Amino acid sequence: MADEPGANVATTTDPEAAVGPSASLSNGKPVSTSNLHFANVKHGGDRSFRAGAIAAAVIVVLLVAFVGVFLAVIATPSLRRDTVNFFTSTQWNVGADAPLQFGIAGLLWTTALTSVVAMLLAVPVAVGTALLVTQYVPGRIGSLIGFVIDLLAAVPSIIFGLWGLKLLGPFLGPFYAWLQHVLGWIPLFSKGVESTGNVLTASIVLAIMILPIVSAMSRDVFSQTPRDHIEAALALGATKWEMIRTAVLPYGQSGVIAASMLGLGRALGETIAVMIILSQTNTPGINISIFAGGETFASKIANNAQEFDSPAKTGAYIAAGLVLFVVTFAVNAIARVVADRRVR
Amino acid sequence: MSITRLSKIAAVAALSALSLAACSSSSTTTGTAPSSAAAGTSLACPSGSITGEGSTAQTNAIQQIIAGYNDACGNKAKIEYNATGSGAGVKNFNAGLVDFGGSDSALSDAEHATAMTRCKNNEAWDLPMVVGPVAFSYNLKGVSKLVLNGEVMAKIFMGQITTWNDPAIAALNSGVTLPSTAISVFYRSDDSGTTDNVSKYLKANAGDVWTADHSKTWKGKGGEGKNGSSGVAQAVAATDGGFGYLEWSFATDNKLGIAQLDAGSGAVTLNADSVGKALEAAKITGTGNDLTMSLDYATKAAGAYPAILVTYEIVCSAGLDSAKTAIVKDFLTYFASTAGQNSLSDVGSAPLPASLLAKVNTSIQAIK
Repeated sequence: MADEPGANVATTTDPEAAVGPSASLSNGKPVSTSNLHFANVKHGGDRSFRAGAIAAAVIVVLLVAFVGVFLAVIATPSLRRDTVNFFTSTQWNVGADAPLQFGIAGLLWTTALTSVVAMLLAVPVAVGTALLVTQYVPGRIGSLIGFVIDLLAAVPSIIFGLWGLKLLGPFLGPFYAWLQHVLGWIPLFSKGVESTGNVLTASIVLAIMILPIVSAMSRDVFSQTPRDHIEAALALGATKWEMIRTAVLPYGQSGVIAASMLGLGRALGETIAVMIILSQTNTPGINISIFAGGETFASKIANNAQEFDSPAKTGAYIAAGLVLFVVTFAVNAIARVVADRRVR
Repeated sequence: MSITRLSKIAAVAALSALSLAACSSSSTTTGTAPSSAAAGTSLACPSGSITGEGSTAQTNAIQQIIAGYNDACGNKAKIEYNATGSGAGVKNFNAGLVDFGGSDSALSDAEHATAMTRCKNNEAWDLPMVVGPVAFSYNLKGVSKLVLNGEVMAKIFMGQITTWNDPAIAALNSGVTLPSTAISVFYRSDDSGTTDNVSKYLKANAGDVWTADHSKTWKGKGGEGKNGSSGVAQAVAATDGGFGYLEWSFATDNKLGIAQLDAGSGAVTLNADSVGKALEAAKITGTGNDLTMSLDYATKAAGAYPAILVTYEIVCSAGLDSAKTAIVKDFLTYFASTAGQNSLSDVGSAPLPASLLAKVNTSIQAIK
């Protein structure tokens, strides 16, 4: 789900898309109109292709709308019967025998924290590799490195989950203990769960999972930095780093932001890996530490989907899904706005 | 230029879509077919198809039995079981949508009444077929034998006992040197019949400590929730001082220590024998061929391991069409055979004791 809007944003980050069929290229050179006279003639193929494209677009929009409507319709009856505040409560009692009590505060916190920490870890690495591949070792070696990073996207998330649970978590255990010992006075690093199934492990795994998305898109925008800008910077006596800072980074900035937002969308919605790694806790309230356990929207729904035995219970989980849907939607909308601004 | 770029992005998107798709199906272990086919039982092996639905607790067991039955009969009949939960199983059985139901609890009086209509004015019977014991597993360096009881475990699960050398635990384990390691409790984060069963056991044995009603959602205090028995097993295995409850097969597969239970008449190890004793101590409250059982979680019978879950198959005593009746009967005959029951130890169920098995077989043969 989180990946689909990606294709849309990806196309808008393409500066040539905004130029469209008008008679000039991105470098400002006029194009002889003799190459374009086909555009004014309507053939049958033209019409059917146009109709096909419109149909495809309508289907996608309808699909998203239907998912939204589906979530809202199933969630509403349960939301009406919810006896605690849906947005501020951390309780989750949705059994058939008791009054419904469910709130998303804890889910929202854990979802946001895991995703934000994952972004903090992934974006610098992704930008760094993108700069290396496009500016330092372009060509064969660069594309080889790029290919390897893209391969990360091919690893199923269940594999990442098991790897995080069985290997990464136990391996980082001593480091966590040290970190908590040194920084434990900060609430964000206070004591959490005993096992290594904490927010930090989940965030590291999420970071690895979104790395290829952010890296691939950053590579694309950096590689489009106008040659003129680079040459100008170098001609003014800039070192490589100064050239990158003054020419490449400003040019690619909003593209990187859009890429990061897409990665964020992916991190927010990641399900299985988080479900496997993260320990659920049942202490009341929210432990804000990155060493705490918890559940994200997606992991909570996946964890209990097999036991949706009453409409009220299903509705409660779907209500949580609705919030995730809206949040992901907002994140992608922001990515779109940022990407659009870059094109103008 | 822009085409290659787009295709690159598309490739990344496609790859991650693939990985998303790959993760959407959770893994279930399908039992391997037992090598020993139904030796000693005569099966009629009719052809046709039947469908059952219900309890998730017996999923692995019934898949194992279906595989074994198909082996013995050369795949002549098609038997399907949808593990959708006990409630759904009973509902759809009574609605006539499936040929047999699977449930963690026997039919209530009202459900029996509906079942009468469904079975064309014949009774429906609850037949206990699968017994799943719960293992209380621990990971404690240097401790190879640990005895606990319901009250101590309830206190551990409620966060009232937090270290392994607590006097209450020491009192049950004289002669064992217990470390001062903190107890790290792990429970099922997903709703499960195992959790339901454990809370019934705790409620029966220590109602003053474990005050919550039994439920599929864990109601303990503190600890960490892990997904599935496999998650709990992994966490206990990885944590020194870890303690959790899980389905029996997961404890043995992960080579975890299993606590012995002492209900007052000596420590009892979890094995087929002790589970059988607990079943023998249970009363059959059903009338005639209906074998509804009343388990006594707090039984003091010598050598009985009371933390068990019984799953019933719910069938019409008569009134189903004859072709389907023949398959149901034949399938259940294999289910209740020694070979069938013994094959269940691979999936963490204990075989039914002979005395109970005889009663089940009598009921099965009485199906018309």
